[in-house]
Amino acid sequence: MSYVIPKESYTGKVLSFDFGKDDRAVTVGGENTLPFLSFEGQQPNKPVIACEIQDCPPDDWPDTVKDAYRDVSGDTVAWARHCQDVLNAKAVALRLLSTHPDRDDRSAEDAAKTVRDVLAAVDVPLVILGSNHIEKDSTVLVAAAEAASGYNCIIGKAQEGNYKTIVAAALAHNHKLIAMSELDINLAKQLNILITQMGFSKEKLITDPMCSALGYGLEYTYSVMERIRLAALAQNDPTMQPPILGDVGMYVWKIKETVAPEADVPEWGALRERGIAWEAITAIAMLLAGTNLLIMRHPAAIETVEKTIGELV
Amino acid sequence: MALTGIQIFKLLPKTNCKKCGFPTCLAFAMKLAQGGVELSACPDVSEEAKKTLGEASAPPIRTFDLGTGEKAVKIGGETVMFRHEKKFINPCALALNVKDSLSDEELAEKASEVASSEIDRVGQKLRVDAISVEYASGDAARYEAAARLVAEKAPEAAIILNCKDVSAAEAAVKAVAGRKPLLYGADDANAEAMAGIAKAHGVPLVACAQGPEALSVLTEKIKGLGVEDIVLDSGAKTAKEIIEHNTQIRRSALKKNFKPLGYPVINSVLRDDPLFEASIASVAIAKYASIVILGSIEKWKNLALFTLRQNLYTDPQVPMQVEQKIYEIGEPGPDSPFMITTNFSLTYFIVSGEIENSRVPARLAVMDCEGLSVLTAWAAGKFTAAKIAQFIKESGVENQISNKELILPGQVAILSGALEDKLEGWKITVGPREANAIPTFLKNRA
Repeated sequence: MSYVIPKESYTGKVLSFDFGKDDRAVTVGGENTLPFLSFEGQQPNKPVIACEIQDCPPDDWPDTVKDAYRDVSGDTVAWARHCQDVLNAKAVALRLLSTHPDRDDRSAEDAAKTVRDVLAAVDVPLVILGSNHIEKDSTVLVAAAEAASGYNCIIGKAQEGNYKTIVAAALAHNHKLIAMSELDINLAKQLNILITQMGFSKEKLITDPMCSALGYGLEYTYSVMERIRLAALAQNDPTMQPPILGDVGMYVWKIKETVAPEADVPEWGALRERGIAWEAITAIAMLLAGTNLLIMRHPAAIETVEKTIGELV
Repeated sequence: MALTGIQIFKLLPKTNCKKCGFPTCLAFAMKLAQGGVELSACPDVSEEAKKTLGEASAPPIRTFDLGTGEKAVKIGGETVMFRHEKKFINPCALALNVKDSLSDEELAEKASEVASSEIDRVGQKLRVDAISVEYASGDAARYEAAARLVAEKAPEAAIILNCKDVSAAEAAVKAVAGRKPLLYGADDANAEAMAGIAKAHGVPLVACAQGPEALSVLTEKIKGLGVEDIVLDSGAKTAKEIIEHNTQIRRSALKKNFKPLGYPVINSVLRDDPLFEASIASVAIAKYASIVILGSIEKWKNLALFTLRQNLYTDPQVPMQVEQKIYEIGEPGPDSPFMITTNFSLTYFIVSGEIENSRVPARLAVMDCEGLSVLTAWAAGKFTAAKIAQFIKESGVENQISNKELILPGQVAILSGALEDKLEGWKITVGPREANAIPTFLKNRA
């Protein structure tokens, strides 16, 4: 019996889109194989990491990641510039967290101004995220989409409870859109269908099946993503073919393993390295499961994941 | 290819003699096809059937122990490409690489690091399972001494002897033979001699070649020399080679039933930067390695890699459960809110995460409902007023709180009346139906 390379050939293909403008635009998706299997298909676009910033100081981030932005995080524009110019981020993800009713409850108009200021300050592509408050996001993201008109951003997240207004805004201002559901392949599929039924092209969608941190449900996200990818490739299911988003940082930088000092848990070792490794490894697991676009926080974790991607492609 | 029950049935005596413990030959055949019984249970099976079935029923990836004693780890035996299909069975072993050219003090220190690496995470004891001694000194006597020393200082760890020099390898295998070391290993040049040593001492052997194809030729040769417990090293060094070789090897074994690659895989991920090494190790752990060799085992790195391994090797068909107890989130005082939910791990992660997001310190009672979510547990009669009341009374929480108020998940609002009857003196408050409404709910109370 002699060896034959066991190749799978898939009928389906992951969709691709670009976001951002001119020569700084970035393309995600487009592969016709499971992640990083170059012996049986093409993955024309490397996964992209967007560096996360927010429109208010990161008071609730643990010190390890807060310290990395200490000099710039008081000013959203300076923070965005820092990501582009110092960290060489390929994309920036702006979270409009201060609009949340439990935070500062800032208005949609305020959010729109922040978006305009950031867009005026940087050239890298922008992901614009709401505060994950269903009702508030449906006004904030509409204003943000309008403020970013012509910049070809990714906006989100559109969820079951608010997708209609957000889809309409993304459609009117020609943005790409994040469709987010909660850890269930059927819900992800259903939301993509509902959104495309509004006339929004599936080629402008990115699926966020909900991330989870290493040790805190990571395996659920991992398997949902793998199943979405297999549905896209092996079953050629067009509703499952948009690229996948992994919003890693916000899930990692709140759990005990990234917060508890070594003095409290000596058996867990150094806090700084532990937190950075936690974000990097969560991100790598997402990449192996099919993620095309990552949103991450710590510069050292981003650098390590970039380096790992460099070895994977 | 595995045979179906009907194909197996055709090879059986068809006497329905019941000596195997099953009522009919067909029932026995069906169980055999699922791997739930051994062919040897049938006393009348023909030689021809034994041969055909023996080959077909051998697991597609061989399983054996790495190391000896209580802390030996099973490697191999995997049956699927993706964890959602069934379950990844034998969690991959992690090993620390040490060079025999280190001083005795350094070797002893590294071996102790392995020996003391065990930590507890959600009820499982996790550790670095093995230590790999690399032949770097060029001195066979030194290698043997280093192997002895490491084995003594890490008395329960599995030993891997990373040495291609036949005489040095033989001396070291003899020195630690009682620990059943993994001999690493055999290549094209030394296969006969290494297979001879492995066979003589009953130890497993790593086959080392460049790429799966060359490897499949080498394993056939080694098997022909009488060694059955083989581990595969395809020469993969980069993350890309690791994911591609390991995928090809597992697919060949599972989908093509290609026996020459039906063995566990070993990957070395040594990098100078420990964080980068942890990243490459994650690729190997997720993508089909059975043994991963590391250059360093800092505590933070171990915790992260242990956790990844634990996550990916959980059974996707069995709901993950968390321990029944009262969890404290933030630093709750006597008047902090007190909430209850069930012990399905995802429910716990989401509810506790939202309480954290609220930044309101609270107590969360997590009740054992066999890993079911709130509504399912209620429907199954496991999350009832009587059981909740009993759990709360026995938990002793009454001594920690000043205000006897229990916040119930909104999904089971229907239980509030019955609970008020059963929990005398308590106020029952109905909380939000969905976890994402918890932050607003808690803040509005404050």
